[in-house]
This record gives sequence, structure tokens and C-alpha cells, in this order.
Amino acid sequence: MKGLFGDIYRTLFKIELAVMFQYRAAVVIWLIGLVLQPVIYLVVWLTVAKAQDDGKVGDFDASSLAAYFLIMMVVNHVTFSWHMWEMGYRVRSGTFNALLVQPLHPFHRDIIQNMAYKLLTLAIVIPVTALLWWFFEPTLSPEPWMWIAFGPAVVLAFLVRFFFEWSLALLAFWITDTSGLNNLYMALFFFLAGRIAPISLLPTWGQAIADVLPFKVMLAFPVELVMGRLSPDQMLTGFATQFLWIGLGWLTVHLVWSRASARYSAVGA
Amino acid sequence: MRLLRLFLIYLRIGLLYELQYRANFWIQMGKSLMNLVVALAGVAVIYGHTDHLNGWEPAELVALLGIFVLMTGVLGVVVRPSMEKLIEDVRDGNLDFTLTKPEEAQVLVSVSQVRVWQLIDVILGPTVSAAALIHMGKHVEMQQAAIFAVTLLAGIVILYSFWLILATVSFWFIRIENIFMIFHSLYDAARWPVTIYPGWLQAALTFLVPVTFAVTVPAEALIGRLSTDYFVLTIGLALTLSLVSRLFWRVGVRHYAGASA
Repeated sequence: MKGLFGDIYRTLFKIELAVMFQYRAAVVIWLIGLVLQPVIYLVVWLTVAKAQDDGKVGDFDASSLAAYFLIMMVVNHVTFSWHMWEMGYRVRSGTFNALLVQPLHPFHRDIIQNMAYKLLTLAIVIPVTALLWWFFEPTLSPEPWMWIAFGPAVVLAFLVRFFFEWSLALLAFWITDTSGLNNLYMALFFFLAGRIAPISLLPTWGQAIADVLPFKVMLAFPVELVMGRLSPDQMLTGFATQFLWIGLGWLTVHLVWSRASARYSAVGA
Repeated sequence: MRLLRLFLIYLRIGLLYELQYRANFWIQMGKSLMNLVVALAGVAVIYGHTDHLNGWEPAELVALLGIFVLMTGVLGVVVRPSMEKLIEDVRDGNLDFTLTKPEEAQVLVSVSQVRVWQLIDVILGPTVSAAALIHMGKHVEMQQAAIFAVTLLAGIVILYSFWLILATVSFWFIRIENIFMIFHSLYDAARWPVTIYPGWLQAALTFLVPVTFAVTVPAEALIGRLSTDYFVLTIGLALTLSLVSRLFWRVGVRHYAGASA
């Protein structure tokens, strides 16, 4: 069984990669938005830092701000997904039918699609990051163990985000238009995951909220980890939180999925 | 005046259409308010650490944000939907019907779609700017208000002309929706004064996608710090771009051969 599953993954991965490759121009264009927003907020914070007497905001100076936002850009790219925007369309248009008749949970299909997209876009993300790295001159001095922990932290962050967003996407089976909810989610993510600023620059009550919600371990945690801002204890807490949310996410998807697919009435059939 | 009358007719059609979907009003209201709250909260987070951003005080930045929202609304009410309709019509050949009408086709395609509920942003934006001005206790002189009105109008003309040029490209390349994505991404940068950006990004926002003139310049005019140079440049660019887009449109239409015939 294990072998068959691996085969399915490999084959579908090849197919998705070939499909994506047809849209390479579109893929490049989508990336502009992904790159631009971190650069905008990096520049805003650099302007703030420059205006201070010691050239620092909180405990971030110009080069650590640059490091934060550029690493965040890459981690955000690796961990983001778009399926919650697509699910509503799939349900409304009935294109979900084709996925449902396959003997494979659509969840896997989306994971594979996501991986194919990430692999293809790395070809652009890496040079762009290098260019911005050269331009903004960040400094970074993590201990070796932080580099080792960074990889798993990013993969787990991806899974937390994927499970959460997929659960959100499943709402499309009950609500016709989920774009409002998606926007609300994106707004919370913007503040609480560390996109607008490192979490420590939020007001204290904002930090308190960020601590109890899953957004932080979806993005800010791996970034702060590799920047050497976390103690080993904080790292372990971070990993534990990630596992906790993945478990909850898995449970949600598992429980909701059977009800959702039972509810599905195949529009257009 | 003909343009205005046509616009009003299409506005009425748009309104009649949208009145079938009254819930959309509340959806759009929710969306606009949420965007505004997110933007204001972002400004609050940043000004929690400084009292001015490259010379911009919080209230001044909120005034700029109001103009950003207003411009988003203006684009959303008529410019963007009409231009998206245009490229769609070019693709499926429906532009034939527009071209045969006894009215200037550029006018027709420019007002063909009116999204009434987006007017919420058009109202919300100036309200926010006005509130910011009142908070600053700033008295806007007649002359300054006139300069602001002119730059605002010029900004709208620039954005419209730019979109028309983009949409006209579809006469040669059929699938160009993705070009619009570039615009959306770069437009988002306009919610901050462009003077804070590094040179290359400022250049892109000025010459590649002219959002500098659409948001930062009117905001500077409103708070009374626009230099005469930029004022002249903005008007010059508005005139040039409207002329260029007009010429380009005519070349494009001549190139149009229909899709189904």
C-alpha cells in the first residue's frame, strides 16, 4: 500500500508540474504580489527605524529588520496556499465531481499541487531573494542547531497553515460565498502571523492574542527561530504548538470532510 | 456633457441590475469597512513606534489613506469593470455591437459597466480624509482646495488612461488579465507615501504604473506640501497619457477584426 501511495504522489506531482509549466508567465506575475508586500513593510519599518535616535525599532535594527522581512517572504511563499479561494468555485461550478470520483482524498491532490507550484516558483524566488538580500544587506547569525530546526519548523508551519485553510475551505459546502470569511482570515493573518511587523512590535494586547491563536506558528515562529531570537525552550514550545494545531486541524478535516462530501449535491451534473 | 449623460444612463442600468442583489450592498459595506479597519490598524501599529514617517504625521497619513480608498473606489465603480469587459468583448467578439453604435466607442467602452456598490469606497475615502483634516485642525484655503481638486482629477485621468492602454493591448494579445495582476500588486504600494521607497521602486511606481500621481500627489496637495514642479508634472502627465491612450485606442480599434465573423 505504501508503495502504491508513493506512486500516486509521484505521478500526480509530475502531472501538476507539467500543468503549472504551461502557465509560467502567470506564475511569474503572481509572484510580484508575494514579493512586493514584504518589501513595502520592510521599507516602512526601515523608515521608522531611521527616524529613531538609536536607529532601532523595538529590538530590531535596520539589518535585522531586513533579515526578518526577507526570510518571512520566503517562509510565507513556502507555506501559503490558495485552496480556500478555489474550493468555493469548485463547489459552485461542480468541478469537484471529477476529484470526488477518484480513489484519493482531494486533500492529497491539493498538497501535491501546492508542492509542484512551490518547486516551480523556487526558480524565481531564489534569485529574487538573493537580489533583495544584496540590496537590503541583512545580517543573520544563527547557531547551527537553529538551521537544523528551521527545516522542520517550516514544514510544520506549512502543515498547520494547510490544515487550517483547508478546514476553512470546507465551509464552502455550507456557505455559497466564502470570500468574506477568507478576507477576514487574511486580515487576522496579516497582523497575527507577523506579516505587517515582527510580533514583538505589536502592542502588548496584540501579542497576547497572537500567542493563543495558530497564526504565529504558521509564519513568525520559523522566522524568529532561524534569526536566533528564540531560546531552546521557546523553540520546543513552538514545535509543540505546531503539533497541537496540526492535530486539531487533522481532526477537523477528518470530521468535517465526510459530512461535507455527503452534503455535496454536484451542481451542473 | 454627452459623456456625463451616457455615464448616468449606464449608472442607472448598473443600479437597476444591482438592486436585484441588495445583499451585495451589505457584503461590499462589510468588505470596505474591514479593509479600512485593517489599514487604520496597520497605521496604528506603525505609529506606535514613531511619531512621523518620513515627515508624515499620523493624521496626514490617514488623509492619504482616505485618498487611496477613494481612488480604489473610482477604479472599482467604473474603470476596472469596464476595462475588464472590454478585453472580454475583444476576446469573444462582442465588441462588434459597441462599435456599430452611433456614439464614440471609446466613451461607450469606458462606462459600459458600473458597479454601484463600489461607490461605498468613493464616499468612505473622502470621509476618512476629511476626518483626518478636522483632527489636525487644518484649515484648507480656497487655492489649496482648488489645487487638490485639479490633482485629484488629473490622478483619475492618469489611472483611467493607463488602464485604457493596458486594455487596448488586448487587441493584439488576447489573454492579458494577468497584466492587471501586476497593476493590483503595485497599486497596493500606493497606500504609503511613495517618497519612503527606494529609488527603483519609486521609479516603478511613477513610470511603470503611475500610482504616485494618483494617490501621493493629491494627498500632498491636500495637506499643502506639493511642490509646483510636481503639480505641473502631474497635469502634464495627465494630458500626455490621455492623448497617448486615445491614439493607441484608435490604432487598436483599427486592428480589431472581430472574433466570430
